[in-house]
Amino acid sequence: MGLLVAQLLAGLANAAALFLVASGLSLIFGVTRIVNFAHGSLYMLGAYCGYTALQYLTGPLGFWAAALAAAVAVGLFGLLVECLILRRLYKAPELFQLVATFGVVLVVQDLTLMLWGAEDLLGPRAPGLDRAVMLFGQPVPEYDLALIAVAPLVLLGLWLLMTKTRAGILIRAATQDREMVGALGINQSLLFSGVFFLGAALAGLGGALQLPKGGADLTLDLGILAPAFVVVVIGGMGSIGGAFVAAVLISVVNVFGVLYLPESTLVLMYVVMAVVLLVRPHGLFGRAELQAGPPAAGIPDRPLAPLGPRWRTAALALIGLLAVLPLIGSDFALVLATDIVVLALFAASLHFMLSLGGLISFGHAALFGGGAYAAALAVTYAETPMELALLLAPLAGGWLAFAIGWFCLRLTGVYFAMLTLAFAQLLWSLAFQWTEVTGGDDGLIGIWPAAWASDGTVYYYLTIVLGGGAILMLRHLAHSPFGYALRAARDSEKRARVSGIRVDRVRLAAMVVSGTMAGLAGGLFVFSKGSVFPSALEIARSFDALIMVFLGGVDALGGPLVGAAALTLLQDWLSRLESWRLLLGLAVIAIVLLAPTGIAGFAGRLLRRREAS
Amino acid sequence: MTIRTVFTGLALGAALLTAAATAPSHAAESVKIGDMNSYTRLPAFTVPYKMGLDLAVEHINARGGVLGGRMIEVVSRDDLGKPDEAVKIAEEMFSRDGVALVSGNLFSHVGLALASYAKQKKKLYLASEPLADALVWEKGNRYTFRLRPSTYMQAAMLAEEAAKTGAKRWATIAPNYAYGKEAVAAFKQVLTKLVPDVEFVAEQWPALFKIDAAAEAQALAAANPEAIYNVTFGSDLAKFAREGSLRNLFDGKTMLGLLGGEPEYLDPLKDEAPEGWIVTGYPWYAIETSEHTAFKEAYEKRYGDYPRNGSLVGYNTMLSIAAAIEKAGSTETEALVEAFKGLKLATPVGEITYRAIDHQSTMGAFVGKTAVKDGKGVMVDWSYRDGADYLPSDDEVRALRPAE
Amino acid sequence: MNAVLEVRGLSKAFGGVHAVEDLGFDLRAGERLALIGPNGAGKSTSFQMLMGELRPDAGTACFEGVDLVGMEPREIWALGVGRTFQITSVFASMTVAENVQTALQARNGQSFDPFRRARALHRDEAISLLERVGMAEQADRPASVLAYGDVKRLEFAIALAGEPRLLLMDEPTAGMAPRERHALMDLVSGIVAERGISVLFTEHDMDVVFGHADRIMVLDRGRLIADGTPDAVRADAKVRSVYLGSGAETGHA
Repeated sequence: MGLLVAQLLAGLANAAALFLVASGLSLIFGVTRIVNFAHGSLYMLGAYCGYTALQYLTGPLGFWAAALAAAVAVGLFGLLVECLILRRLYKAPELFQLVATFGVVLVVQDLTLMLWGAEDLLGPRAPGLDRAVMLFGQPVPEYDLALIAVAPLVLLGLWLLMTKTRAGILIRAATQDREMVGALGINQSLLFSGVFFLGAALAGLGGALQLPKGGADLTLDLGILAPAFVVVVIGGMGSIGGAFVAAVLISVVNVFGVLYLPESTLVLMYVVMAVVLLVRPHGLFGRAELQAGPPAAGIPDRPLAPLGPRWRTAALALIGLLAVLPLIGSDFALVLATDIVVLALFAASLHFMLSLGGLISFGHAALFGGGAYAAALAVTYAETPMELALLLAPLAGGWLAFAIGWFCLRLTGVYFAMLTLAFAQLLWSLAFQWTEVTGGDDGLIGIWPAAWASDGTVYYYLTIVLGGGAILMLRHLAHSPFGYALRAARDSEKRARVSGIRVDRVRLAAMVVSGTMAGLAGGLFVFSKGSVFPSALEIARSFDALIMVFLGGVDALGGPLVGAAALTLLQDWLSRLESWRLLLGLAVIAIVLLAPTGIAGFAGRLLRRREAS
Repeated sequence: MTIRTVFTGLALGAALLTAAATAPSHAAESVKIGDMNSYTRLPAFTVPYKMGLDLAVEHINARGGVLGGRMIEVVSRDDLGKPDEAVKIAEEMFSRDGVALVSGNLFSHVGLALASYAKQKKKLYLASEPLADALVWEKGNRYTFRLRPSTYMQAAMLAEEAAKTGAKRWATIAPNYAYGKEAVAAFKQVLTKLVPDVEFVAEQWPALFKIDAAAEAQALAAANPEAIYNVTFGSDLAKFAREGSLRNLFDGKTMLGLLGGEPEYLDPLKDEAPEGWIVTGYPWYAIETSEHTAFKEAYEKRYGDYPRNGSLVGYNTMLSIAAAIEKAGSTETEALVEAFKGLKLATPVGEITYRAIDHQSTMGAFVGKTAVKDGKGVMVDWSYRDGADYLPSDDEVRALRPAE
Repeated sequence: MNAVLEVRGLSKAFGGVHAVEDLGFDLRAGERLALIGPNGAGKSTSFQMLMGELRPDAGTACFEGVDLVGMEPREIWALGVGRTFQITSVFASMTVAENVQTALQARNGQSFDPFRRARALHRDEAISLLERVGMAEQADRPASVLAYGDVKRLEFAIALAGEPRLLLMDEPTAGMAPRERHALMDLVSGIVAERGISVLFTEHDMDVVFGHADRIMVLDRGRLIADGTPDAVRADAKVRSVYLGSGAETGHA
């Protein structure tokens, strides 16, 4: 009994920081419709700022003052991000906002490293609350009790703000209907800035308040992001009360998971989420969006056109160049080119559903990694020959896409995106924690090509033929009736439905196609690296795909190729530099703001302008 | 539409590729070594490694380099903590930079990926810090060697101490990934052999760097063990140590901590470092052999900072490479492989040997107890354990290692 | 028996408020039937129920003997019901011809065809449909750059591509200039007459209603208060008092 109570209290105490982060995330999403991937970074900054403030502020009062100071500092930082970057993107498609906030994640990582150094900082204990009291015969830290009190207090404060103040009423109005606030003549940018400040400050407060239970380190940002997303999705996006309930639910489930299923602590959270969403697709307190927004990646205003003769020649020239690369390039050039083709296929598979289908997935790594693991598992446990494994990989990717799509396609827009992310995380945690089968973090190794393809050059040609062929197939599909039906469903869902297009099945089929291709990319990847690790399924991998699609240009059918080449070469070049994350982050943000059509789109516009003049 | 413009981009990419393809030629005299580590992922653990490695390069080159006057030149890269990145970097180092071998790395999965690569491509890899036992046993191969005492060796050192404590009811807590699993398995294996009637009453597996310390501490307390074997590290360890002491978990219990005495583990805990834990580690401040004093002083003089465990490993890595090259009289892979087998060399912690049977070095570790002195965690009552004494019998090893 | 659409007892309430109550009418083959009423009378709700977007609380709506209630929009389409929207909706990323071709592919069950080249498929048929609505010369322009009136025509052509026998048009002339409205409705009238398509439409513009409807139904607060020829409805005292009397729109009707 005492143990259960103690575990429950521990869970409630853990819920506090999670709630603070998630409520800020939910608030910002509710009003601005921006999914702030940098929210974990704000939490991390809160921890570091709090740590620094505590060097100067001492005593019980000083501790809480330091936490508040950290919250304000992070709030101001959030305001800065809003004013400099996000304000320009409110009307932009979700993909752009997402990529921009991810750029902020990269920048904050390096800035934090520069300012506070690499060493983990252990948070000081809370003065005056540094002991434990006995409850039901179990020691319970005083600070836990303080945290248990803080979360409802913040919830109460937010509730008062939302219901009793004019600003709060505006925030609620904006959450329900963004147009209305504009119509009422309210200064929208002031409102958005205010909300961003508040949301960021909440995350900062969360970061500072967890100091006595942990500390500040450079993994806090991405570490809190997935749980915070899960909480927001379970609670219902935009619902603060929902965030509270979900934070408590997840935290309590976690502590009891530690007790009864100590090896599945990561998976549990995602299982809970999947169950909740099966019953309530929009979360516990979420509502279906009243008006469907524009497709996540926007609708291009130019029709697809087949390749002109000049470009046909250029394409043939490129294929020719790739064909003779082994003769003129070094071994490493072949390695890079193999990487680029594999990644280009991965990006092209996402591009197919994202650009043509308007289905933005945050969890595309699930399909890539799924294919990779399918091939690797088959080789490891059944000694499957490479040829067969390379067939299994796309099958697995397609099958996974079918399963995920069946769940997720009931939702649209950001909801769809968040759910795909959650499924990817579920697979990731399985790969990570099901050590007996997947090897866990040590991965599956020794997955090398068959003897005839083990030479780098031969495998390069194999990749070119399979990967390049698949990319061409995707391109062909875009021009097929199926591709047109998919685009029709994206351009106008209701027009498509009343024109006889089975929108849901078309989308599911598109996901399966996408998954098949991503799975093939995963299979090719495994045999080129000789191994697979959970990193093939992680959030960063999904982001890579999004960034490649974005870099190449969403509207350009060949964009993924350019994006993959750009990312691979950029990373290869930047990773030799000290602050490569800062540079990559800044580059990404700059591209979002200055050349939102991506590299290929940008070049295309320049060319068209030249041709026109 | 923009599909056409893609090819502009592609042309650009192709141009860059070709640029990447043209390898820069370099003065033939120096011997190039490719070294990488997770500098951005875990800087606290890896930057000292690099400093130790660089110091050794300076020492070796100041003495005239290797092979009669050829300087050692290190090509250093960040593996980003990603195995696929590491494999790519290795490819680049061999094909573009022309390195003789690659070395380094901290994460086991990165090390395992590189070992597999080394076997496939027949290139030499010296794993400096990865601890996974599989690296030299189940997944061991002709082209992979490892310097640092492995998980099994360090766990065996602790198990020996554990047997002496007389505790029978044991609980374990380890991060839920391969290293943690291996560390617990090895400990249980050795301890059960030494004390057949021990009981393991609880096993906790927090996710790496995502520990729910309060819940874990309570779950351990609920099992009421006499002794706890801890494998968590970094921020997990800090949280666990704090919650555990708050909840009186450690009172009256025997506590063991794998690697817990390394400065990388102890120093961030400051005055909250646990006291009285039996740990493996590196008490750099108290080792008074002349070899070590020389190393420590040179390091402090060079960097104005004290050496960490990583510094020592980095230093020994480069000493090993130089010794192997001298013994081989060449930088050819096959000659180096043969040279590494049975290679003996002197290091700041004494002579070590790279065992021919499994390519594991006999570099040992220090075992002692933690204490807090002047607001800082230190090791006391320590002694150096030679790694050679903590390895399974040759027959066992032969059974573990795949035939070549 | 020549009723194409038979609606009986169609009702819908939102939180106790009856948006539509016991709506019942017949639509005869080839007839152009207008559904009018002041704002909030229940026109949109009625339309949404017929279109499968909203499930009625009670009632039936039989198209050629098949009850549409509970069906998906796509299933209703498959029976031969076409429609246009108040807020015009076409496929913005395609050319004018491709818009129609995409609808033709769907009619021919080719939406999942991954092999053929869509640009060439049904091109001739699409062009002839576009010719009929006066859009052939714009066939290869992007739909996103069309003038508003042309988007309306395109949407009409897309709806025709499904070979409907009944067209549901929600405010077909909303947002157009007065002269364009009549041009569009003349076009619609001509085409439905030659193809024998029945039409049910709502409309705000009384000129359009009285100029292009064979029959008019008037809704007020969810109930049908009049149903008859334009002349009869114009003369109806009840209609005058609740609806037309208050509006200036009757002026030249």
